[in-house]
This record gives sequence, structure tokens and C-alpha cells, in this order.
Amino acid sequence: MKEYVVFIGKHTVRMLLLLFFVSAVAFTLVSISPIDPLQANVGQAALGSMSQEQIAKLKDYWGVGQPPVERFLHWAGDFFRGDMGVSLLYRQPVAKVIGVRLSNSLWLMAIAWILSGLAGFVLGILSGLREGSFLDRIIKGYSLLIASTPAFWLALVLLMIFAVWLKVLPIGLSVPIGVETEGVTFADRIQHAILPAVTLSITGIANITLHTREKMIEIMESDYVLFAKARGESTWDIVKNHALRNVLLPAITLQFASISEIFGGSVLVEQTFSYPGLGQAAVTAGLGSDVPLLLGITVISAAFVFGGNLIANVLYGIIDPRIRRGGAKV
Amino acid sequence: MRKEKKVILDIRNFSVSFEQYEKGFQKTGLPVIRSLDVKVHEGEMVAVVGSSGSGKSLLAHGILGILPYNATMGGELWYDGELLTPGRQKELRGNEIVLVPQSVAFLDPLMKIGPQIRKGKKDKRSREKLNGIFRGYHLKEEVQGLYPFELSGGMNRRVLVSTALMGNPRLVIADEPTPGLHMEMVRRVMSHFRELADQGAGVLLITHDLEQALEVADRVVVFYAGTTVEDAAAADFRSEETLRHPYTRALWRALPQNGFQCIEGVQPYVKDLPKGCPFGPRCEFCTEACQEEIPWSRVQGGNVRCVLAEQHPKIEHLEFSMERRYGA
Repeated sequence: MKEYVVFIGKHTVRMLLLLFFVSAVAFTLVSISPIDPLQANVGQAALGSMSQEQIAKLKDYWGVGQPPVERFLHWAGDFFRGDMGVSLLYRQPVAKVIGVRLSNSLWLMAIAWILSGLAGFVLGILSGLREGSFLDRIIKGYSLLIASTPAFWLALVLLMIFAVWLKVLPIGLSVPIGVETEGVTFADRIQHAILPAVTLSITGIANITLHTREKMIEIMESDYVLFAKARGESTWDIVKNHALRNVLLPAITLQFASISEIFGGSVLVEQTFSYPGLGQAAVTAGLGSDVPLLLGITVISAAFVFGGNLIANVLYGIIDPRIRRGGAKV
Repeated sequence: MRKEKKVILDIRNFSVSFEQYEKGFQKTGLPVIRSLDVKVHEGEMVAVVGSSGSGKSLLAHGILGILPYNATMGGELWYDGELLTPGRQKELRGNEIVLVPQSVAFLDPLMKIGPQIRKGKKDKRSREKLNGIFRGYHLKEEVQGLYPFELSGGMNRRVLVSTALMGNPRLVIADEPTPGLHMEMVRRVMSHFRELADQGAGVLLITHDLEQALEVADRVVVFYAGTTVEDAAAADFRSEETLRHPYTRALWRALPQNGFQCIEGVQPYVKDLPKGCPFGPRCEFCTEACQEEIPWSRVQGGNVRCVLAEQHPKIEHLEFSMERRYGA
């Protein structure tokens, strides 16, 4: 019991430190970015027609001229008290903006995460089981091709094929245009999520496939598989008895670590599909110097990624008997 | 009495070579085992003795048909009077022909001992059979619920030998079964194999330890740089004179009780093997005839691959001078 308390305490401290540093770095980057919030959000022409008082008011609103350290500490203090501030662009509490965006993004990412995890796992095993075979070459070739393809480019290609030429899927957004919120059906939402989710999955698969394949090859060359062969176990026996359980451990780590990649990928993909998710909000906030929103999203994303890695760590301890029963510390 | 026993394994002029790519796309063969001859009778324990890195394990893998894909096998393998084809190997391995590996590193680290030895089978017969084997080796039933990393050093060996008994072994191949163990432990492990032989199985012990081999084996086959140079009864090792090959004699003299003498040079790497006898460059009796193909010939109840073997009595009376070997 004491071990669990120590484990949880240790990871909580780690998480707090991580969140602090991530937000500090993000803030520093925004502060030194050359974007002038007034020019970006109000526009040169509009600024020219304003009085000095109006400009001063705007400067005050966007925090121009205030010392960065003071601004950051101010934000951090509020955040610590549970107040994430108000988005400068959306003029709504950051918590609310993130909540709406996250609910849009979350299931997009969840679909991509599960699909790419499962498909990558299966493809990686098939490929690694018979290294050098025709199937392996196809799967490896596909993975390498996809891994070197930028996500936004792939998104554009899919958009062109399915939305422009075949016209079977919508071209963007998360709901149909010109329909009231009450009129949006669940089917509509799914239809709008298919392309972004598929794009995210396809790019996610490559990485997981290649890693699983590598691990699988290593397992097939291991002494214990050699001995299993010597004992007359068939290929299927070997997969069932040895390969699956040994490849599962690294696969779990990989799967939870891939949360960060899915998060990163969603930024590009949502932007391409004009899908109003967290990724798109991050881009808008970054380009518009909406510091509270950007920091809010950064912290939430970091917490997600950290949580993913933490879950992987905990699962490892539960699944791997060498840790569970051997007393080795997580 | 041993002569009436059936030959269970007969390996004739066996070779293994690896395909390698050199300097780009040029393929070359790397002959790790050049010519190996071993015979194992039922109830007999034969030790193949060779120094580390001489390709002994490949012999085991060759018999079982689990050589890596880039290895090519030559020669003939006969099992129980019939040619051992890949199809038969597949059928027999793990059942009639079993391998006992070096260490628990050959067990799946994530699978419990019991299910692992049963190869995942859960039926009553397999369970009872394993329970019986474990009782025979004084292993508690709880051991079946352990993972390989939880085994103690003493349990290790018994568990590994247990894997062999799940089938109906007629030929047991033990590949370096006692690496880094102290003598007491070695004796105990060896006694398990001796027991299997006494129950009628042929045991092929692959080892680098001549002393250990002499203690338990009936016959010793000496392996040098990919070639078997001599096949002698363990009793022949009582004196130097009854041994047939200069390398075997050198090994004999290197035993602690026989003076701990060593000869100059090292076993050649497979790529720069001399023509003819691989021991030629290190042999003090080397003649031009040694550079020809040397037959595996029967001499005084054993086999030897040496042109001087026919003049066996002559060698016997040659004085080995330290000065000549070490150049003073």
C-alpha cells in the first residue's frame, strides 16, 4: 500500500513540474514570437483609423507592453486556483472553449488511436513473422511510404478523392453547413469525422507497424523461439504461445506513447479539414497571440500525453511478471 | 554388448555452410562445419567435444532441422535406419528427437513453466505426464506456476531436462548443458542424461569440456575447426598411446592431470582453413600427404581422420619434445 502512495506521489510531483515547464516554454515562445497581436487581430488598416486611446485600450487588452514574467506569473497564479482565464479571441472562458473543442477532437483522436493501434499491431506481427516475404515487403513498403508522407498532404489527397471527385463525404467542418444545432444528427457528425479520422489513422499505422515488426523480428530470432521450434511447435503455436505475449508489452508502451503523435497529427489534419477541434484552436490561438487559450491547450495536451505514458507504466507493472512478481520497481 | 545395440543416429560427412554477401553483391559460402561424422547407438552417450566457436551447436540445429534460412546443409543424416528428411525432422522433433538447451534463456520469459513445458496444452494427459516428470525430478508442483526468472539455479537444470521428457525421447541432444556450473552441479546434471541413456535413449552431448565428457560419456568425438578428427571410446583416453589423432593427443596433454601442456597457435577461422587436415599447421607430424583429402578411417575400434593413423604404432614411439613445440 505504501508503495502505491509513493508511486502516485512521485508521479504527481513529476506531472506538476512537467506542466509548469511546458507552459513556461510555451509562454516564452509566444512572447518572443514576432507576431504583433494588434496587427494580427485588428489589422493595419483598422489600427490606422483608431484614436490613441482606443489603441492603448487594445494594447492593454492584448497585454502588449507588460513585462512577460509578470504576465506569466499572473496567469500561473490564476491557473493554479482553477481559473484558466478568458480567451482573447473567442471572448469566452478558456475552460469552455477547450471543453467544446476537446469533445469534438476527442472521439476523432480516439477512433484514430484505436484503429491505428489495432491495424498497426496486426500488420506488424504479420510482417515480422515472415521477414523478407512478399507480404512483409508490401507492408514494410507501405509503412515507409506513409511514414514519409506529411499528414496534411495525405489529408488533401483524401479530400480530393472522396469529397471533390467522388462527392461521397463532406469537404470539411464537423457539422453540415446551414443547419441549426438541433437539426444535426449523429450520422452527420460521423460523416464529417470519417475523413479526418481516417487520415489520422493511416499516418498513425505506419509508425506502430514498423515498431511492432521490428520487435517481432527480434522475437522470432530469439533463443526461446528457436527452442520452441526445436520442440516441434508450429508457427501458429509459436505466435500463440510466445510471440503475442512478448510483443504485447512493447506494443502497449508504443500505443500509449502514440497519444502524443495523434495529438500532434490532429493539429495538421483538423486544420486541413477545417474541423473545429482542439488542434485547430491551437493553431488559431498561436497565430492570434491568444495566450490564455494557447497555454490552456498546451497544458491540457501535455497532461494527456503524460497521462498516457503513466498508464503505460502502470500497465507494464501489471502485465509483466518480472516487474509484478520480481519486485522490480516501476 | 554395445555392438548389438541399434544405431539410432548416424551422421555421415555432414556439413553446414552459410551464405554471405561480401563486398556488395558477391555471394560466398562460409563452411562452418566441413565434415562431421558421428554415430549414436541406443542407450549410448556420445560426447562431441570441440572448442567454443567451432560450430557445434549447428550440429544440433542441423539434426532438428532448425538451421537459419541462410544455412545450407550437406552430407547424410540417418535416424533409426532411415534418411532424416525435413519432413521427418518436423514430425520427430520435440517428440522422439529432443533438445536440452544451455540455460533458461531458451525459455519464454513471459510464460509460466508448466504451460510452457506442456507447449500450451491443457488436457488431462499432458498435465498428468508433467506432474509425473516433476515428481521424478523432485520438483514441487508449484514450480509449474513460476516464471523462468523465478527459478533457482538448481531447479533450472531439472526444468530444462523435464522439457525433453514431455515427448517419447529416443535421441536426446544436450547442447552445452552445464555452462559455468561447479563440478558438483555438473555431475548432477550429467547424471540426468546418463539416466536417460540407461533407459535406452541415445544421448548426444555437445560440449567444450573434455574432462566432463570423459566422466559420463561412452564415446567421445573430437571436433576441430569444422571437422571431426577422431571418434574414440572414453576408455581410450586413459593413456595417450591409445589415442589416434595428434590433436586428440594434444587435448589429452592439456588436461590438468596430464601435465596441463598447451600447443602453440589457435584453431583457424573457417575462412582461412588450410587444405586437407585443418590441424596440419599446428601438427608436428605434418607431411605433404596431409594436404590432400583425408578419409575417415577405422583404426583400432575407433575412427580417425589422419594419414598417419595407419602408422599408428610409429607415432606412439615418437618422443614429444617441448623444445620442438615451443622453439625453445
